[in-house]
Amino acid sequence: MDRNLQRQVANMRKSLFDQGYLDEQFIQLEDLRDDANPNFVEEIVTLFYTDSAKLIRNIENALENNPSDFERLDDYMQQFKGRSSSIGAKKVKTECSQFREYCKAGNAEGCIRTFQQLKQELATLRRKLETYFEMARQANT
Amino acid sequence: MARKGGESIRQRSPQKVGDFDQPSSPKLHVLAVDDSHVDRKVIERLLRISSCRVTAVESGSRALQYLGLNGGEKKSSVGFDVNLILTDYSMPGMTGYELLKKIKESSHLREIPVVIMSSENILARIDRCLEEGAEEFLMKPLKLSDVNRLKDYITREQGAEKGGRGKRKRNLQDDYTPSSPLLSLPPP
Repeated sequence: MDRNLQRQVANMRKSLFDQGYLDEQFIQLEDLRDDANPNFVEEIVTLFYTDSAKLIRNIENALENNPSDFERLDDYMQQFKGRSSSIGAKKVKTECSQFREYCKAGNAEGCIRTFQQLKQELATLRRKLETYFEMARQANT
Repeated sequence: MARKGGESIRQRSPQKVGDFDQPSSPKLHVLAVDDSHVDRKVIERLLRISSCRVTAVESGSRALQYLGLNGGEKKSSVGFDVNLILTDYSMPGMTGYELLKKIKESSHLREIPVVIMSSENILARIDRCLEEGAEEFLMKPLKLSDVNRLKDYITREQGAEKGGRGKRKRNLQDDYTPSSPLLSLPPP
């Protein structure tokens, strides 16, 4: 066991929480691991990104073709927010909430801007988590 | 089926009397309904870790089929094997509320407790579900502690007399905030 690597993994995990990328729900997922399902969290995160792709595309299309159908946009985003909260994606969730605020205000520009930020946060989180999971794997072999 | 390091939580045999996981309690069978694949997986895991059997379906209509309604195959024993129905509120097609109504309208299913989950804390929604006979309304994402409490509650209800059904249940234990789950339980 590489103690140094384990410490790095622990530090990285801590910073993900400290910097607000993840919240308590991520810990709930970690608690669902066991010997038979050691990669449960990674599986759920992977599933989240796979599932989300379609929803993201739907929102993108709606923004492009129907930017003033705020009810539909809000509906999509409500779904997406729910999924993000299931994996503890804190910053992503914040963007979702912001987007919904703009929907309620009928602010198309705000929606578009926030959606860009949301996609960035999604990508950032994905990168960080991939790195984290990889490091954790290495530390345990 | 490949045995990957022992999926000891998975149910091996079909339901039968005396299927025990602990000396004195048979496994509860929960029917989980959620259109989100991620949430289904998490709920399944939460329930299995809590020693429940789980059947997870993606929609209200699938749930009704499984329970023997909706033109599904008449498996008369299946519907009665379910101890709890745990359903998301917001689903395309049939909402959790609509599913709840259908279950409560059915003479042979209405005794099965139904718990609704939602990521949105809307009081009118909560009230509506409780009025319609939902046992509880839980905020998503669910935690292990929610499932454990549910499990205790259902197990207790099964042992207790089935009196007072249809009573509105509001939470008195724990600090009640709008985001707290609503469940009336005697203090531990």
